[in-house]
Amino acid sequence: MIRRALARVFGGIDAPLMTIAGLLIGVGMLVLFSATYDQPARFFDQLRNFGIALLVMWVVAQVPPQTLMRLAVPVYLVGVALLVAVFLFGVRKKGATRWLNLGITTIQPSEIMKIAMPLMIAWYFHKHEVLVRARDYLVTGLLLILPVGLIAKQPDLGTAILVFAAGAYVMFFAGLSWKLILPAFIAGVVSVGCVIAFEERICQSGVVWPGFKEYQKHRVCTLLDPASDPLGKGFHTIQSVIAVGSGGATGKGWLKGTQAHLEFIPERHTDFIFAVYSEEFGLIGNFALIILYCALIARGFMIAANAPTFFARLLAGAITMIFFTYAFVNMGMVSGILPVVGVPLPLISYGGTALVTLFLGIGMLMSIQRHRKLVQT
Amino acid sequence: MMISAPSPLLQLRLPLWRSRMMLAIVFIGFGALAVRAAYLQVWHNDFLQQKGESRYSRTIEISAHRGKITDRNGEILASSTPVRSIWAIPDDVDRSVEKRRELARLLDMPLAELEKKLADEDREFVYLKRQLPPEQADRVAQLRMSGIFQQREYRRYYPAGEVAAHVLGFTGIDETGQEGIELAFQAELAGHAGSRQVIKDRRGNVIEDVASVRVPRDGRDLALSIDSKIQYLAYRELKNAVETHRAKAGGIVVMDVITGEVLALANLPVFNPNNRAHLTGAQLRNRVLTDTFEPGSTMKPFTVALAMELGMVKPTSMVQTAPGKLTIGSATISDAHPHGALSVTEVIQKSSNVGTAKLALAIDRQDMWDMLNRAGFGVVPRVQFPGAVAGRLRPSKGWRPIEQATMSYGYGLSASLLQLARAYTVFGRDGDVIDATFVKAAGPAFGSQVVHPEVAYAMRQMLELAAGPGGTAPRAQTMGYRVAGKTGTAHKQEGKGYAERKYRASFVGFAPVSAPRLVVAVMIDEPSAGRYFGGDVAAPVFSTVVGGALRILGVAPDAPMRPVVLPAEGAGVEESI
Repeated sequence: MIRRALARVFGGIDAPLMTIAGLLIGVGMLVLFSATYDQPARFFDQLRNFGIALLVMWVVAQVPPQTLMRLAVPVYLVGVALLVAVFLFGVRKKGATRWLNLGITTIQPSEIMKIAMPLMIAWYFHKHEVLVRARDYLVTGLLLILPVGLIAKQPDLGTAILVFAAGAYVMFFAGLSWKLILPAFIAGVVSVGCVIAFEERICQSGVVWPGFKEYQKHRVCTLLDPASDPLGKGFHTIQSVIAVGSGGATGKGWLKGTQAHLEFIPERHTDFIFAVYSEEFGLIGNFALIILYCALIARGFMIAANAPTFFARLLAGAITMIFFTYAFVNMGMVSGILPVVGVPLPLISYGGTALVTLFLGIGMLMSIQRHRKLVQT
Repeated sequence: MMISAPSPLLQLRLPLWRSRMMLAIVFIGFGALAVRAAYLQVWHNDFLQQKGESRYSRTIEISAHRGKITDRNGEILASSTPVRSIWAIPDDVDRSVEKRRELARLLDMPLAELEKKLADEDREFVYLKRQLPPEQADRVAQLRMSGIFQQREYRRYYPAGEVAAHVLGFTGIDETGQEGIELAFQAELAGHAGSRQVIKDRRGNVIEDVASVRVPRDGRDLALSIDSKIQYLAYRELKNAVETHRAKAGGIVVMDVITGEVLALANLPVFNPNNRAHLTGAQLRNRVLTDTFEPGSTMKPFTVALAMELGMVKPTSMVQTAPGKLTIGSATISDAHPHGALSVTEVIQKSSNVGTAKLALAIDRQDMWDMLNRAGFGVVPRVQFPGAVAGRLRPSKGWRPIEQATMSYGYGLSASLLQLARAYTVFGRDGDVIDATFVKAAGPAFGSQVVHPEVAYAMRQMLELAAGPGGTAPRAQTMGYRVAGKTGTAHKQEGKGYAERKYRASFVGFAPVSAPRLVVAVMIDEPSAGRYFGGDVAAPVFSTVVGGALRILGVAPDAPMRPVVLPAEGAGVEESI
């Protein structure tokens, strides 16, 4: 009887996925405790956030993928509507219009798109799976670009990249033609190459980059040469690279990271928490963390491979790759190989919204895994 | 109907190579991160660790307290008071408008200006206001705003303001002397900063005191020779004279004949050392020390003293000055009025150019150069003050007779007012000259002999007469003390010649004659309100200052304490220019 009740409660939970997520949460709480040593309230806030996020995960894990598919279009439409609302009457903070004041609370609709986007694109391809034509890529391309454009306009480059990546992964898995991928890939490589090659000339003040905000230009330029503005724009990168490097092979030990505890690392409990982790746990800790993320991704791909429907497979693949994107962009920016964009370290950075979004994704993976044998035809 | 396994058809729809490619991307991405981490943490570890250490481990300087400057009686002339500079990390600053408005009010700046300073949120350090008084800084601290920090500094205050500005000079924002005594005694006043090894966080708070490397040594307090009361008196009287006679500038120096201490020194125009926002070069110039000019008749006593020293004349010896003109080569020198035959005493008393020139022409030019050189002309005075100049005394070899003659009454050579005052100690003392000092002296100064004491005593008598009813400067007399001195009224040099209507009026004298204690030298540059003779413009300043100063010093009077009956203005003997 009790065993049955337990089975029912935990039935939806995928044990390997839960174990990996649990380990990451453990690491996260450990680092967060160190990073927020002088503000213990944050640590308990995050504990509460974990509670909420796990609850969300559990609920989603119970929902069959078919239901998720049915929700795809409405969620996407609401998300886009909210983004348009932000565009028209959003709240402006620190030079960016990202929030919508609902009277009771302020929300950031771009977060919704991180989940709504892969759902929507996967739904679309699922509906047209019999015969996917070039026209369908055009349609999904538009479905992708519209919200990404709205988010980039706020401006919020980090979220725009994540939302774009989420949709692009689905399109790629759905079989996007090389004829489209290759030119985009080459254009990307060439433009990044040009920026690096002509850094000195194009980074001079007064040079306007079409389509970029001034601060985005600065961030790219700062990445190429952080020393050009060590007190201003280059500060984050220089400090975090120093913190990572100070860790050495074995790290300085938990709670002993000088750069973090002396407040030399900015945003040390949110986007730059990896610098704190790296300084305290060193190269060994970094490898361990990368292995944990690899395990998470591997489990995600296994679930995708076993998924019964085209929709489920696309969704699982895309969610898995989103985890990779989060981890790669964040760790890359902290260790100074990518520009500074606002992307948290998945399951470790402080912050409730991102945590809920990520566990929503894990919940979906669990749902797909659980319902793999219950496919209705 | 349910099926137990995914349909093989569906599986084909997701090409395997696409998943494999994604896996490859994941491995490449994480591989790159791992390599980067290894690069930073193993290869670059030493370098970055050191960089990290340099971020928190600091050898901080513990500034030494700069010494006070006081006058001879311990009255404070310059002292350092703690102030605080307010700085901010813009991104961390409290965003509430009321708090920001309150902060702007406390910092005495419009809210818009504050917001402008805080606008660049990528900055990690912005000064909001420097050198705020501690009470005001405390009120800022009480706001408890995040992102606002304070830094301790010192600021130099000069309680006497402009009165002693040229003596003291001032310090820069980092408290190093820039001018005057502050510059001359920089090393003593500044002391030695100590250092301490500490661990600091990003906000600059000291987290841990690791080791004290060097203990700071505070700067020494410095007692100047200046007497604040005399300084104030001298400044006030000079200012009056410069204003009354609408002069371009002026200078005064009061020197103790026994110790060589400078009791007062003032210049006009002047500046306020506590607020140096709009300084001009003219305000900064310490004319008494750094400006040289042709002294004119104040030089005559040296020529006469030399003639007596060489045994050529006695005070009673007669010199023929008629017809008030003397032609030497192609040039002619003249007196304001022809006087006929004059005794040597009268030559000084009436300030006769012709008489002095005749005496000078009888003296060997090398003897004259030697004497002037011994009295300090053409030599940088040995005084601890920046910028003191030597003036001009050409080598005697090149002197033509006309030049020797004009030099005897103060043209063709130049000196600063301080040099003149110092040279007059020859007559105030027993024929020896002493160095001036700006530091409180422990005892009497030792001089170097210029003329025999008897010559000096004889000169005192003559100079007393020159400052008497029959001389050029009866208005130099003061209540209660016998005074002696000589006026000078010189055409100002302009280009190669002399300006017709531009004069420099001066008076150098000493008192009390029975036992001289003070030398006072006054110079008024370009008096333009009508009167321009030294006896009318400079002598009255001497009179008030020397009388007041002697009373302040408690020197016993040597003359009746009754009002001196002065001849009407402009009376007395008109000086030869």
